[in-house]
Amino acid sequence: MPDNSPAQAKAATAGGLPAAPDSKQQRLRLMIRAAGMLPVLLILCIGFHMLSEGRFFTGQNLGIVLQQAAVNTVLAAGMTFVILTGGIDLSVGSILAAAAMAGLTLSKMPDLGTLWLPAAVLTGLAFGVVNGALIALLRLPPFIVTLGSLTAVRGLARLMGSDTTVFNPSIPYAFIGNASLTLIPGVVSIPWLSVIALLVILGSWLILRRTVLGVHIYAVGGNESAARLAGIKVWAVLIFVYGMSGLLAGLGGGMQAARLYAANGLQLGQSYELDAITAVILGGTSFVGGIGSIWGTLVGALIIAVLSNGLILVGVSDIWQYVIKGLVIIGAVALDRYRLQGSART
Amino acid sequence: MSGPILEMRGVSKSFFGIKALQKVDLTVYAGEVHALMGENGAGKSTLMKILSGAYRPDPGGEIRIDGHPVRIEGPLGGRAAGISIIYQELSLAPNLTVAENIYLGREVSQSGLLARGAMREGVGPILTRLGADFAASTLVAELSMGQRQLVEIARALHARSKILIMDEPTTSLSAGESEKLFALIRQLRAEGLAIIYISHRMDEVYALGDRVTVLRDGRLVGSLDKPEIRADSIVRMMVGRDVSSFYKKDHDPHAKRDRPVLTAVDLGDGHRVKGCSLTVHAGEVVGLAGLIGAGRTELAHLIIGATPKMTGHVTLDGERIEIETPRDALDAGIAYLTEDRKALGLFLDMSCADNINLAVIGRDARLGGVLDRDKARLRADEAFSALGIRAPNPGVTVGGLSGGNQQKVLLSRLLATAPKVLILDEPTRGVDVGAKSEIYSIIDNLAKSGTAILVISSDLPEILGICDRVLVMRCGQLAGELQQSATTPITQEDIMALATGTEHVHA
Repeated sequence: MPDNSPAQAKAATAGGLPAAPDSKQQRLRLMIRAAGMLPVLLILCIGFHMLSEGRFFTGQNLGIVLQQAAVNTVLAAGMTFVILTGGIDLSVGSILAAAAMAGLTLSKMPDLGTLWLPAAVLTGLAFGVVNGALIALLRLPPFIVTLGSLTAVRGLARLMGSDTTVFNPSIPYAFIGNASLTLIPGVVSIPWLSVIALLVILGSWLILRRTVLGVHIYAVGGNESAARLAGIKVWAVLIFVYGMSGLLAGLGGGMQAARLYAANGLQLGQSYELDAITAVILGGTSFVGGIGSIWGTLVGALIIAVLSNGLILVGVSDIWQYVIKGLVIIGAVALDRYRLQGSART
Repeated sequence: MSGPILEMRGVSKSFFGIKALQKVDLTVYAGEVHALMGENGAGKSTLMKILSGAYRPDPGGEIRIDGHPVRIEGPLGGRAAGISIIYQELSLAPNLTVAENIYLGREVSQSGLLARGAMREGVGPILTRLGADFAASTLVAELSMGQRQLVEIARALHARSKILIMDEPTTSLSAGESEKLFALIRQLRAEGLAIIYISHRMDEVYALGDRVTVLRDGRLVGSLDKPEIRADSIVRMMVGRDVSSFYKKDHDPHAKRDRPVLTAVDLGDGHRVKGCSLTVHAGEVVGLAGLIGAGRTELAHLIIGATPKMTGHVTLDGERIEIETPRDALDAGIAYLTEDRKALGLFLDMSCADNINLAVIGRDARLGGVLDRDKARLRADEAFSALGIRAPNPGVTVGGLSGGNQQKVLLSRLLATAPKVLILDEPTRGVDVGAKSEIYSIIDNLAKSGTAILVISSDLPEILGICDRVLVMRCGQLAGELQQSATTPITQEDIMALATGTEHVHA
């Protein structure tokens, strides 16, 4: 820039603008926002620990919680990408089922068996890219497209196993489904499913916060027209996020298959999309896009897992678990709105 | 004249300990147009929001209407007290009819059913009185911006308001629509309404204002009566210093230019723009004037590839280039500043730094798309000091900044791409006087360093002040070209004659 003395002179004379918050305040606000639902998660954990007479915080139980949260965390990570652009992906449950079916079918072939996991992931990616292409190139609404593929892909999943359950008791890499990674022998071990979920969260964070693509995702969600005028290839961003969501759903399918040694096109992954969306929303990601973080999603997924686990520990009946879970979700988000209102910019 | 209809005494308002208004007095009489002026952030909106009931003032002040102290509470409080506000962004529901909008929140029902007929008839007399050329049953979506404003005014009259507050009412109106609005304001004044008129445009304040009150940094600077209203005194009151050379020109406006940078040949989109050809030279500031709807923004969108070209092509530095998308234009070196920075320019929830770097992060990135955060931070810091962006730091979100600072952030994004051609669409719309003159000097400096600049503006003094040459559009076509010369400068009349297509005789 050339020298611009009048601007600088003006900057000196005008003095402070009253409306702008100072940086410390802003940083604190960002921290509160990032912490988000973490306090709720901690309160739930402590509450269940007391109600269950100390059965929550045991190594074994925490392992179960982490394992139960794993698949939903992976799906929710993909969902975070999609919701950050202001979209929605209703098809992840069906894609998970189709990917698991494809993986298990391949795992039974003598020569190709070891390739079943990449096959599952790629199956998911393929469905996701088709979703993305329909949304980005034909400019169809994401809700409609993924509602359609929710049904269509479910049908394909049933077709792949001729509408039966496919078993493979000797599936390769079965350890990722049921074994744990031992960190300190006999003391600390983490289920492999949870390790995968954490790696997915870490990778998502890297993409969202440390790459150009990540900035573009936030930009498309914040203001799509401005993004287009700023030279961002909006179509490419959209295909990426739906592709990512599909890929992670495929990975989720692989994780389920390894855990169960089996897959059923009709039942596997039913209404998983709802848990994934819930985790993202609990994590503070804006439903209209542009605002949110992957750490929030992790916390959201953990809240759901802790609720399921804790309610069983406490001995609440299956029917009441549904009611309580639903109310906690609404309450938590209401609390979040209320908390953010106080710090809204003036 | 009888007592004042509105009296505010010592009204203050603070947010989280920050004082947005400090002991402000305002006295408005019935049958006057009271202009309220001040830079963005001076406290005009806060004052108006107190009057409308959106904000509750700090204790200590007093508001009297017709001599009686009142407390205005809640969004309906203002209306109950006889105050109506017409906001810059009109608050009509486009999917409802004119009558339904006017009755919104106070619908008439007969035995539980909506009485559409009665509502249509109820608004008839008011629409006639305002000289409306549309029916009460028209959908608001079908109306022009000027007509929509009329609906807002009708709503205020229908609520029997005695005080009408208008916030920058001409921002989205064409010149013709503005004239009609002024005539209507004069009529309402004659009928005894008090009108508080907020505007940045000096010529409107001259034309309408009976009195002017100026705010600065949340304080009352003073009020001027009609005979004292002069541009220099108002500007001095607003910025707190003399503005000696508002339109500064360091680059030579009359230089002989022989290096065309941008040439558009026979551009057309099939309906709104027809056969437009233009040339912008290195170091030249060319104005693109015309009425709203003449196709200026559409032409700019054609040049940068935001809309597909049906005819014509663009050359840059003498070479024909294919521009299909805004990305192509940026890569070629043509940057476009949108007229609607909030809807089409900025990412309001993202930081200033991200907004500034957005167009170049791809270029800066390392190994396949990893952000170069040091470079981004450096670039944002440079932009802050070079353009004088006033924000606590580049990390704050853009949405909280004033219009002028937002505009500078958006301009910084374009400048980061080091463009050869800069197309600026209404560069100072919704920007306060201080920031305006800063933006003018930025444009001047860019021209001096050889950038070719095309400025689209509806603000004629601005076009005349900063441009070396003016192109005028009418109905999607270029109607003519005016060259700035030392002996006979271009006048506003010259431009309006071309823009409206009327004959204009030089005196």
